[in-house]
Amino acid sequence: MQKSIKKYFPIFALPTFIAFTIGFIVPFLMGIYLSFCKFTTVTDAKFVGFSNYTKIFTDATFLHALWYTALFTIVSVVLINVLAFVIAMLLTKGIRGTNIFRTVFFMPNLIGGIVLGYIWQLILNGILAKFGRTLVYSSTYGFWGLVILMCWQQVGYMMIIYIAGIQNIPGELIEAAKIDGATSKQVLRHVTIPMVMPSITVCTFLTLTNGFKLFDQNLALTNGAPSDMSQMLALNIYDTFYGRTGWEGVGQAKAVVFFILVAVIAMIQNYLTRRKEVQQ
Amino acid sequence: MAKNKDSQVSAVRKTKHGTAFSVFFSLLSIVYVMPIMIVIINSFKRKAFINKFPFKIGTGKMFVGWENYVEGIKKIEFFKAFGYSLFITVCSVAVIILCTSMCAWYITRVQTKFTKLFYMLCLFSMIVPFQMVMFTLSKLANMLHLSNPVGIILVYLGFGAGLAVFMFTGFVKSIPLEIEEAAMIDGCTPIQTFFQVVFPILKPTAITVAILQAMWIWNDYLLPYLVLDIKRFKTIPIAIQYLKGGYGSIDWGAMMAMLVLAIIPIILFYIACQKHIIEGVVAGAVKG
Repeated sequence: MQKSIKKYFPIFALPTFIAFTIGFIVPFLMGIYLSFCKFTTVTDAKFVGFSNYTKIFTDATFLHALWYTALFTIVSVVLINVLAFVIAMLLTKGIRGTNIFRTVFFMPNLIGGIVLGYIWQLILNGILAKFGRTLVYSSTYGFWGLVILMCWQQVGYMMIIYIAGIQNIPGELIEAAKIDGATSKQVLRHVTIPMVMPSITVCTFLTLTNGFKLFDQNLALTNGAPSDMSQMLALNIYDTFYGRTGWEGVGQAKAVVFFILVAVIAMIQNYLTRRKEVQQ
Repeated sequence: MAKNKDSQVSAVRKTKHGTAFSVFFSLLSIVYVMPIMIVIINSFKRKAFINKFPFKIGTGKMFVGWENYVEGIKKIEFFKAFGYSLFITVCSVAVIILCTSMCAWYITRVQTKFTKLFYMLCLFSMIVPFQMVMFTLSKLANMLHLSNPVGIILVYLGFGAGLAVFMFTGFVKSIPLEIEEAAMIDGCTPIQTFFQVVFPILKPTAITVAILQAMWIWNDYLLPYLVLDIKRFKTIPIAIQYLKGGYGSIDWGAMMAMLVLAIIPIILFYIACQKHIIEGVVAGAVKG
């Protein structure tokens, strides 16, 4: 059978191969090469070795953005996952109206980052106006504004995944624990959490990478103001590319560093939470 | 049986905490939809009052009717943007589903070094952030004359292929080979086998992939902004960002009205296909 299918390569696989080559492989390889070059367009690249990379670490805006992004990611991962898990636990207890609540909490996910950014800019500025401040008064306001926005957007999504995980736990398991005299705290700690570990792996992975790669919301909410202090990594890279002439190579080198960071963090996270998963 | 017991247990609990939680969640739901309500209320207010009194209902002097909508639609050519967004999303999703499902079936059934490498590259591409390829991809797309709503479909197929191929291959592996062999022995060509036998089995996965990709493409800002010739083609997110105009001077009246117009179609779509969307997200998470 393999042989007869093989002849059909041009019809089955070729379109995706071509698109994948144009949309990913070539830009990726060119990106790595260009991170070692000085250039303004792709055709005038001049090899300069590691000088772009050394420039990154003397660039204060990048280091600030890195630190700001890391802090934001930690805070948002913890908050989103804890809130989503608690809501999921409560919504699997058969409360009246569960379906409506689930529908409502999930809804913000479908709204795009740019739109979300402007919605929250209006609301947060409206609230802060009562204290005579605005979102761009200092990077702290921008930080918490972004945290609130991301919670509003993502808690519903993670909640859906946690609910599915909790509903997959066999009822007998919890009953057995209760018959053996476990308190509800012990059931949570020793039965529920280990059993939903696969969901926790997925949700922490999603929130972690979403937080690290955040761009649209950052752009629309504060656009880095005041003076790039609330700028996250993705926006910093974008600004280096398109806001500073002559820095394109540094921007590309930053992007490579960014990619390595995301990949390493994703792998470490996967290793840590997968280890805790139990075989069903 | 087990379900019956569960509901008995929860019935006991319901009498204890049920009502309190129902009230709590009702309040929380209201807080949750509040931001959208506030935007809708503000879209009918005169510009000058929006930033001053964002939480007041616009009556009397503040009320302007549809003025913000009329102005906003004219300013960013909203319906054109909506058309482009819709065209790009629908076509890209359709092309992604068709091409990647065929490709996934091919690379699972024909195991060579090349197809294995391709699969590994697909996995790899899923963790690469867009910033890594944004400059080179946009330049390449320009060189290949893909800076239009039709060309961008190819870019989306390429950049979205990773996740889609990964999810389809996961499912194809679980399809028993005998079904396809039987079809082939009965004289089906591989193309007939795929479309008449395999694809119908893949349908649930296809819906999941379609939902995940549609959510991404419809809301995507940076990729179309860099790839498309934005003087001529603006999608909704680009058009809204464009409203920001000069330094800090946002026309909040038009902005509110356009935000409402951007949200309403999504909410209608969500209400119509809620079940599929939520199931799709769960299925996508389990495999991802």
